[in-house]
Amino acid sequence: KMVLAQVVYQGKNDSEDSGLRFATCQLLWKQINSETEKIQEELNKQLFDNLIHFLRQSHSELQTKKTEWMCRMKSSEIPTAALVLGVNVTDHDMTFKSLSEVLQDNVTPYVVSLQAKECPGIKHLLQKLMGQLMDCNVDVDSSEEEECVNISQKKIRCSMASLSKWYESVTKKTDSETPSKKRTSSSRHWQSPPIVVIFKDMESFTTKVLQDFIVISSQHIREFPLVLIFGIATSPMIIHRLLPHSVSSLLCIELFQSLSCKEHLATVIDKLLLTTQFPFKLSEKVLQVLINIFLYHDFSVQNFIKGFQLSIVEHFYSQPLSVLCCQLLEAKKRVNSLSHNQCENIRSLPSFRRYVESQVSEKQIALLTEDSFLKEVTQTLLEDLHIYHENYFTVLRCLHVFTTSLPKYPLGKQIRELHCACLGKSVWETEEYESAIQLLRMLAKDELVAILQKCAEIFISSSGKQFSNTVEKLEEFLARFQNLEETSEVQDVSVSSQKELQKTTDLYHLQKTLLALKESKRSKKLTKFEMLRFEVVDFIDSLVRSYLAPAEMQTLNEVVYFNTANTLREHLNAAPRIALHTALNNPYCYLKNQTLKSDVGCISNTAPDICIVYKLHLECGRLINLVDWLEAFSTVVTAVEGTDPDAVATDQVDEIIHARFIRAVSELELLGFIKPSKQKTDHVARLTWGGC
Amino acid sequence: MPNFEHPEYPEATLLHLESMVPCRESQVSSLLSIFGERQHFSFPSIFIYGHTSCGKTYVMQTLLETLELPHVFVNCVECFTSRLLLEEILTQLQSLSSEKKHGSHVPCDTFNDFVRLFKQEIITQDLQNQTVYIVLDKAEQLREMEANVLPGFLRLQEMTDRNVTVIFLSEIVWELFRPNTGCLEPFTLYFSDYSIGNLQKILSHYHPPEYSADFYAAYINILLGVFYTVCRDLKELRHLAALNFTKYCEPVVRGEANERDTRRLWKNIESHLKKAMQTVYLREISSSQWERIQKDDGEPGHLKGLSAHAHVELPYYSKFLLIAAYLASYNPARTDKRFFLKHHGKIKKTNFLKKHEKTSNHLLGPKPFPLDRLLAILYSIVDNKVAPTANIFSQITSLVTLQLLTLVGHDDQLDGPKYKCTVSLDFIRAIAR
Repeated sequence: KMVLAQVVYQGKNDSEDSGLRFATCQLLWKQINSETEKIQEELNKQLFDNLIHFLRQSHSELQTKKTEWMCRMKSSEIPTAALVLGVNVTDHDMTFKSLSEVLQDNVTPYVVSLQAKECPGIKHLLQKLMGQLMDCNVDVDSSEEEECVNISQKKIRCSMASLSKWYESVTKKTDSETPSKKRTSSSRHWQSPPIVVIFKDMESFTTKVLQDFIVISSQHIREFPLVLIFGIATSPMIIHRLLPHSVSSLLCIELFQSLSCKEHLATVIDKLLLTTQFPFKLSEKVLQVLINIFLYHDFSVQNFIKGFQLSIVEHFYSQPLSVLCCQLLEAKKRVNSLSHNQCENIRSLPSFRRYVESQVSEKQIALLTEDSFLKEVTQTLLEDLHIYHENYFTVLRCLHVFTTSLPKYPLGKQIRELHCACLGKSVWETEEYESAIQLLRMLAKDELVAILQKCAEIFISSSGKQFSNTVEKLEEFLARFQNLEETSEVQDVSVSSQKELQKTTDLYHLQKTLLALKESKRSKKLTKFEMLRFEVVDFIDSLVRSYLAPAEMQTLNEVVYFNTANTLREHLNAAPRIALHTALNNPYCYLKNQTLKSDVGCISNTAPDICIVYKLHLECGRLINLVDWLEAFSTVVTAVEGTDPDAVATDQVDEIIHARFIRAVSELELLGFIKPSKQKTDHVARLTWGGC
Repeated sequence: MPNFEHPEYPEATLLHLESMVPCRESQVSSLLSIFGERQHFSFPSIFIYGHTSCGKTYVMQTLLETLELPHVFVNCVECFTSRLLLEEILTQLQSLSSEKKHGSHVPCDTFNDFVRLFKQEIITQDLQNQTVYIVLDKAEQLREMEANVLPGFLRLQEMTDRNVTVIFLSEIVWELFRPNTGCLEPFTLYFSDYSIGNLQKILSHYHPPEYSADFYAAYINILLGVFYTVCRDLKELRHLAALNFTKYCEPVVRGEANERDTRRLWKNIESHLKKAMQTVYLREISSSQWERIQKDDGEPGHLKGLSAHAHVELPYYSKFLLIAAYLASYNPARTDKRFFLKHHGKIKKTNFLKKHEKTSNHLLGPKPFPLDRLLAILYSIVDNKVAPTANIFSQITSLVTLQLLTLVGHDDQLDGPKYKCTVSLDFIRAIAR
């Protein structure tokens, strides 16, 4: 964090409030972070509750089986929870951390988490297991005497027998403890708390270790209540793949599934981005980059949040006016204390320039010359921006209710897709919107009524007062739909036409009347319901047009919107191969040395040796002759040092150049571009891009 | 008149023993004659083998306990190192005659130490004039310990010069144990599988106290009729019997049928047992879930087993990577040009070859392929351009940790790692949809 502070301080000179920006950034991130944690907690709650219920049940079943006979006949299985968490492995750590915290708070102090890489053998597994158990014992009652006992216990061989002995002693101890202490511990934990062993990454454990562990512990299951939790990333089938029937029959497996990562992301976006709670916003492109990384690459919500954090830092670092990216009241205050420099920054914002151009000339001059007037205007503009956001999110949600009811989802199923569509450009000009409106005009009545009710709820719950008219209008629509139902008129027309049909007997007349009937149907006046439906759709359309204008059109949007998607992409979706290639092929790109500027294709002699060697090797096939390579290298290098006819004439490569060549080649080898080849002497093999 | 005859033990004990070990009388009587009288020296080592749950452990335990012979019982899976094993034996030996339950810990690193300590312990425990039995359960684990452990145990009697017999219990035959350096051959004894009649007899032996033996025997008969073809594991059968018994009793409890109305009871239970065979027995759903379903009298249909959740959701590029890996694993490299280049020509021939090769390749299993080939196929099957970003490479690695791909021969990092695709065609089909 100190580094971060320095970075922001150095970013722009201090007349641009870098200190304040840094503080704002930190405060904002703190709020967002706590919000994300809260979201995570809420999302996991259901799963954890189920798990705790399972633990409780499995435990009680172990304790009191119905009859003694049943108890004797049934083989004692180890209760096992198969926890399917999805392939976003990076998120699992967080889940397991909170899971073991929850378990330790509510169920048992004895929670052990094991990772496959820590347990290559059964011995390591037991060591790890016992180590963690003994430690958590210290946590429960940390008197010094016992710690000594524990240390000596650690030296004891790691066998299940000693584990069960340990468990016996521990539970006995808690029983015989002073009443006050006992109460505190038993209020949180159960009488004989189970030992919960969590296998964090089931897929990576070797079959042997798992089998041995299960076989061993199944023999001691009656001595201490053991519960296993398998963290599974793929599918529960993996249990059957890892364990043979003889072992899996020792387990009593129940399946638990966590919320899918996509739903998790939807909640995060809903709570972090589609709200006025946080002043910071992402532009369409940035959001698209983050979502693409999520959908295309990792499914990791953690990474999404990290990317969000990076955009916050980047925004506060690069945008001097981000100092105003805080709550409205505070921002207004801050506007007053802006330096002249910052005022100039405001004037140079593209959106502000657009705004100025639209003003009358006197006002234009005032805006461009008087700082105080500018500040005044800025305050109102900030307020406008705030109001815009309030309206935007409400109307967005309302439109989303409409679009999710459409077949094939022309504007996207998720609200994030709709959000992206609206953020980038005027959504009503797009084809998708057009087709969505077309489809809306065909909605059935009960659907439409339900949607309208939902919309009304959204508007009522929104904080903006400016929607009271809208709510009234919606309620009016609803009332009219209600009326329609009551006064459903009898369609006289059709009845009469039917009568006509019966009257006509000859074929010619029949055909004629049928045609006429068809014609009349086509041009038939719209029913009342259809009229009303048109009205409703038009009303929604007008709402969209007035409130869902793209953010880029808003004055001062640069203050709160982060829009340099390229930076973010470079940081988050790095392409090491391409970067390496650029560095070696075009060293100017990174070194910024004017002498290195060269045309594409020709090999500059001023470039670092490794670049020359690299460029030369690009021209070779799969096997490279070292002598030829050296020759080419020395030609290129000596061309720099002026034409020295003697050196060329001797046909003997300078020793220094030879040494430089060797070093460059070994550097390339280190980077993994070539490797020594055994196929031909004095040749090396290319490892990249096939080199046919 | 008891089946077993032995001058050493009273008739009542022998009778009791006989009732405890149904269907294993012949083995027990031969063991009894091998053991001889308490003070007699017996075979130095006895090797008992037989299938899973054919009563090896149980018979040994009952025999030694009912006759009150001094013995030590160790499970070799549990004591996974020789040190643990030796120490465990010594600890148990200590607690043989002394009052305290757990003997103190005896450090013992080598077999040499073990022999010395063992001799001492025999004297302190005053066991010189009777045979001490050491039973090593799951003895196949011994093969994975140091080379001297198994021969050492085989000759323990000779080395310690004490009256001791080591009994090995194993599921595999002695021939697979015999070390190539040679050793003292043990006396081998085979426990044959229980026949269906034996199973019937043993399972009905422990009937619930509330119901008559005949009633329970009828139930076991039905149970075996369903399960005998797939499962002969006594433990598993007993477990299944216990799980489903309440359901069997239901008509009787409700008063709809009496205990002799076998036909009605059979009708009631048969489909239920078949369902159990497809679910609980395969551990598709757990036994506690099964019991809960029984209690609620619900259909198990709504509860999906583990296999029902086979679908795995993957990120967009991971899907394509996996498909590319699958193609690379099952298509020979020479066909790549034909399949993935735009202008390959010769379509007719391709189709024919494809069909022919596919069947044989699927029988052969996945073949390893280099990283470059995977990426090349990936680029050609994804519609839009893919940049070789760090994320793509890390996705390959995470597919490896998810066990969807496996890394083959990773000794040389620079050489370009090779992978294999380990998922099935069905899985790929589900992904590709």
